[in-house]
This record gives sequence, C-alpha cells and structure tokens, in this order.
Amino acid sequence: MSKAAYVRPLDMAHGRVDMSHGSGGRAMAQLIAELFAAALGNEYLAQGNDGALLPQINGRLVMSTDAHVVAPLFFPGGDIGCLSVRGTINDIAMMGAQPLYLAASFILEEGYPLADLKRIVDSMAQAARAAGVPIVTGDTKVVEQGKGDGVFITTTGVGVAYDGVTLSGDLAQPGDKILLSGAIGDHGMAILSQREGLAFDAPILSDTAALHGLVAAMIASGAKLRVLRDPTRGGLATTLNEIARQSGVGMMLQENTIPVNPAVAAACEFLGLDALYVANEGKLIAICAAEDAERLLAAMRAHPLGQRAAIIGAVLEDARGFVQMTTRMGGCRMVDWLNGEQLPRIC
Amino acid sequence: MRYVDEFRDPVLAQNLSASIALEAGAGFGYRFMEFCGGHTHALSRYGVLGMLPSNVQMIHGPGCPVCVLPIGRIDFAIRLALEHDVILCSYGDCLRVPASDGLSLLKARAQGADVRMVYSALDACKIAADNPQSQVVFFAIGFETTTPPTASIIKQAHAAGLKNFSVLCNHVLTLPAMEAILNQPGGVPLDGFVGPAHVSTVIGSAPYQLVAQRYRKPVVIAGFEPLDMLQAILMLLRQVNTGRAEVENEFTRAVTPQGNRKAQALVNEVFEVRDAFEWRGLGSLPWSGLKLRAEFAQYDAEARYPEMHFVSVPDHKACECGAILRGEKRPQECKIFGTVCTPDNPIGACMVSSEGACAAHYTYGRYRDVMQEGS
Ligand code: SF4
Repeated sequence: MSKAAYVRPLDMAHGRVDMSHGSGGRAMAQLIAELFAAALGNEYLAQGNDGALLPQINGRLVMSTDAHVVAPLFFPGGDIGCLSVRGTINDIAMMGAQPLYLAASFILEEGYPLADLKRIVDSMAQAARAAGVPIVTGDTKVVEQGKGDGVFITTTGVGVAYDGVTLSGDLAQPGDKILLSGAIGDHGMAILSQREGLAFDAPILSDTAALHGLVAAMIASGAKLRVLRDPTRGGLATTLNEIARQSGVGMMLQENTIPVNPAVAAACEFLGLDALYVANEGKLIAICAAEDAERLLAAMRAHPLGQRAAIIGAVLEDARGFVQMTTRMGGCRMVDWLNGEQLPRIC
Repeated sequence: MRYVDEFRDPVLAQNLSASIALEAGAGFGYRFMEFCGGHTHALSRYGVLGMLPSNVQMIHGPGCPVCVLPIGRIDFAIRLALEHDVILCSYGDCLRVPASDGLSLLKARAQGADVRMVYSALDACKIAADNPQSQVVFFAIGFETTTPPTASIIKQAHAAGLKNFSVLCNHVLTLPAMEAILNQPGGVPLDGFVGPAHVSTVIGSAPYQLVAQRYRKPVVIAGFEPLDMLQAILMLLRQVNTGRAEVENEFTRAVTPQGNRKAQALVNEVFEVRDAFEWRGLGSLPWSGLKLRAEFAQYDAEARYPEMHFVSVPDHKACECGAILRGEKRPQECKIFGTVCTPDNPIGACMVSSEGACAAHYTYGRYRDVMQEGS
C-alpha cells in the first residue's frame, strides 16, 4: 500500500469486524481487497464485478449450495473455512460431476476478530487451491453482535457431469452392493469432544476431505455406479435410509465390515452414541451393480481417500424401505432413521 | 477397545446361542424379564433377541427411569419452571416426555421457561453457582445408579453454602418395583429375572435374595454387553431346568454381594425412603422412592416450594405404557404404536427414552412385526 494512496491497512492482529464492513462502503471494499481477495485471488475474482464471467462449459451442469454453521468454528482437524469449500465440492462430486467453480457468501457477526476471520479465509483458500476449484465470486454481510454465531458461510458450486454418468438416490436396485470409502464417525466425534470438553488420550481429528478425486477414480474404473452420497449430518444410517426410501428398496448391512476407528468407537461407547449416526465430512457411500463391486472396491482402495473402503452390504427388495443389519454378534436389528437429536444417555 | 470387543465375540456368541437352544429344548416356554431398560436397549441394539429360540421370551421390565416417572412429576417440574421462574435442569431423556396440557419440558421451554439439559447433577450445581440471582432446580431421576451422584452434589452444595440450588427428587428403588411386578394380581407369569447391571454395582447382589427366596424366582445379574446377556439367559434356563431359584452373578467383574458400601452410606446420609411414591404403570408403591432428609430440606425443591403439590394424572387413553411396564403387553400390541406414537412424536414415555421398550422395538425391531404380518 503506497503512502500516497492514504490508506490505513486493516489491523489483522487486533481488529474486529464492525458494521461498516458490510455497508457497501470503503471499509467493505477494503476488507474484500485485503482479506478475501488477497487470500482467494484468482483471475475471475480479479474481474472485480458483482458476478464472475466464466468460460464456456460443455456438458450437463450440476449446481449445489450448502450453508455452513459449525460450533466451534475451529475444531481438531479443520475449521468452518475448509469445511465449507469441501462440503460443496463433495455435493457436486456425489452427483457424478467434476466440480469447477465455487461462490462463497459470508455472514459475519459484529465484533468477530479479524485475525480469526483471516485464518478461516486462508483455510478456505488452501482447500480450494488444493482441490483445484477456485472461489470465483462472493459476498459479505455483517449482522449486529448477538445476531450471529461468529461466522456463517454459504458456498455454492457449479460442476459438469461426467459423460454417460447419471447418479441419483432413486436408482438403487435389489441385488446392488453398498460400498463405504472408510471409517465413520470421526468428524462428529471431533466436534463433540471439543464442544463437551472431553479429552481423549489421542485427539480425534475431523475427516474433512474433498472427495472429487476419489469419485473421478471410481468413475474411471468403469463400474456401473447408481448412487453416490456423502454421509454427513445424521451419519451413515441416515444417508442409507434416505436412499432406501428414495429408491423404494431395503438394505442388509454387515456390521463387522463397517470400519470405525478405535478412538471413535471408544468415545461412542463412553457417550452411549452409535457411530452409525455420527457425522462424516470426508467419506462417501457408493451403490453399484453387484458384478462391478469388486472392481469398484479396488479402484477406491487404490486412492488415498479410499484405502479402508469396504463392501458393507447389499440392497434388498423391501417396499417398506427398511435398513437392517447383521450385528457383529450374529444377531439382526434394524438401522433406523435418527430419532431427534442423538443425546448421550443418562446412566 | 479390546475390553469391549472381548464381550462381543461372534464365535462365543454363536456358541452361547446354540447352548441356549439346547438347554431350552422344544415345546416348553420360558419367560424371563430383563428388569433394566439398559438391558432392553442392548438386547435390541445388538440383535440378541434374534439369537434366542422362539420358546425363550424376554419380557421388558420397568427399569427405565424416564418411563416409570408419572406425568404428575413432570407437570411438577414444568410448573416450577413456568410459574416460579426457576432454571430447571434435567437430563436430556426427560425433556421430551409428554406431560399434561400438551406440554413437555421442551415445549415449556418454547413458552419461555428456562429449561436446560445437563449431563450430570454436577452441571446443574455449576449452573447454580454461575447464576446466583436465580433459583436452580435439578430434576433428579433414576434408580440406585444415579442416586449417589445426586447425594454427593447435595452435600457439596451444602458445604459450599449454595443458597439457590435444590433438587426435585424422583429417585426410585429397584426391589420394590420387582416385588410389585411379582405381586400383581393376574400379572405375567415369569420364570426369572435378568438382574440390573449398574444398579447392582451399587446395591450388590445380596438384596435379590428376597426375590429368589420369597418368590422362588431365579435372578441372574448381568452386564450390559451382549455376551453377558446371553450368558445370563443360559444361566436362568439352567436354574429353571434344575428346579433352582437362586441369585447368581454373571457380572462378577463389577458386582459384589455387598455392593458399594461407600455409595450406600452416602445415599443414606442424604436421603430417606418415602412412605410411598407413584410409578407409571405400577401405581403408588410403599417404600419405593427416596426423598431428602430433613437436615437437607433447604435443598429439597418439594420443601422449598410447599405450595406445590404432586397431582396424579392418568396416562393418555390409548397409551399402553402401564401394561408394558408391568410386562403384560408388548409395544406392538399398543394400538397407536408406530402410527400415532413414534419417536418423533411420542405419546407415552416408553417411546421417548432410548431405554424404553417402545423406542427400542420401534428403532431396532419393528421390521420383524411387519414381516410376520405379511407372511
Ligand atoms: S407405543 Fe406410545 S402410546 Fe403406545 S404404549 Fe408405547 S409409548 Fe405408550
């Protein structure tokens, strides 16, 4: 910043968000330039307009949007910034598409420290860069103190579907196999342990990851994919129930094939929770034709984000849409929708 | 985790399941009650019920603290929160139990009551320390397992001279409920009990001698792991088949005959037995609940708000919770199970707590009912 321009730079160390940062005036322009653009910078953002003019895209477009509210904003293994980028990338990828561009809008609470905001935006920039999906446009609003929870971020993404690939939650067919890309429950337990102030011997880290690379490898395997979903809120159980209902089928899972990290299993045991219902941010469920399951599994295991992939069950004919599971013990039970909020038991 | 896995070994489980089938033979039916809601939940969640032969039937007992709490006690808490402006602290399980006037603690909160979910009595005590200008009431529920922590908090509050903290005590006792089940005229014929795990770590195995000797019913105390339960069921079968009625302890890794003497002394110091306490399903039972001793009256919400009284309120007309808690009916025999009453919209308490028989059957077992109907 040259002296002649008479600009007082933002105080990133001690400054705080104030109402003027959302007013559309100079302060806002400065926040965008010095914090957002500096971190996220790319040729589209540099156009400096209210929208981004993008090159021509050939193919079927996929679009998705996701609002992110997390408490705490920073948690073991990640923060709301990287989460908001990867969340939308994953939503696009689960449609069988290559994510291309993201838009981000922020709702900031008056008084939020600029230093923390910078950490969040830097984390977004890093996640977007690593994924190769630029944030091409954005918006910022500020709400009065007490009317927000620090930072809310909404991201919207655009992608292009792979040729010949059509994925949808209503395409599962009896006989299909159900695959899971890795161990479940890490993200939810990382958040919960932070929120409840629980200290475990080894900290549980969120599994937050962008899954479009794994999806690309799965599609390249040539397996006949029918459904992809990332089991976020509500966990594996809820996502499988959604698919079962959409497709009008049942499912039978084998509990002993579902990977759970020991620390997560122990924490769940301690809190009386079921890992099947705990959120993930870097895992996917795939449903494919039975004859392609082994090929798909091999492709997943060859990718760093799918090393612990497993075939966890099969799709059954059942118009009631019930998901059942053979327990590790050899018994059988239902795996139902999450009832309300999962609460730690009392005794 | 090794500690847990060792109690869920599938090979051992299959062997036990085979031994149970052998011991039960064919024909003759066995009915055992698992007293404790924790067992009800675990039997369903681990799929243990499906590993038993059809002539061994498990009957769910009244050992679910949220389920046996009558509506009037929840009304009491709601009125305290709405009319006396207290901060009411409760375990999460109680918040959604339907009370009178279409209310629950959660709905009272939506109407402006300050109701907070806590994980322990200690949390409630902390809230009191942090809000000296407000009265804080802890809605204490549970069998002998949760009683010692409540007692300990009351003593701590006393020592710290907390003036704004009290306990609405709903602590209840296991044995009077077991006796009530056995004394029920025309009640279910039972061949024995799977005895509670955590409760027995506190009270020990000796008190169950009453059930074995006076009522001639075998009792096997079991842990909460699936293998524990299978083992206990096998032990019960063997007792019945050899004509014994004894107290056996499968859960020796945690339960001793005398129990936890320290915890018992602590509870004795703070609490005394009430003349009678009303239970959902079992009615008013003599000597079945606890209240604070006179020395601790200032921490007793019932003494602090003497104008408030417990008012007995009947259950919802269609709700069969009472019969289910007595072991007389199964959840699927309630007309509104799964249609009107679901975990998202519970009509009775048994559908709220994860330890409730209706919630367990809805969540883990209902796929079996429909299949039976359809076939
Ligand atoms: S299904 Fe609901 S209404 Fe029926 S007995 Fe159970 S809790 Fe009560």
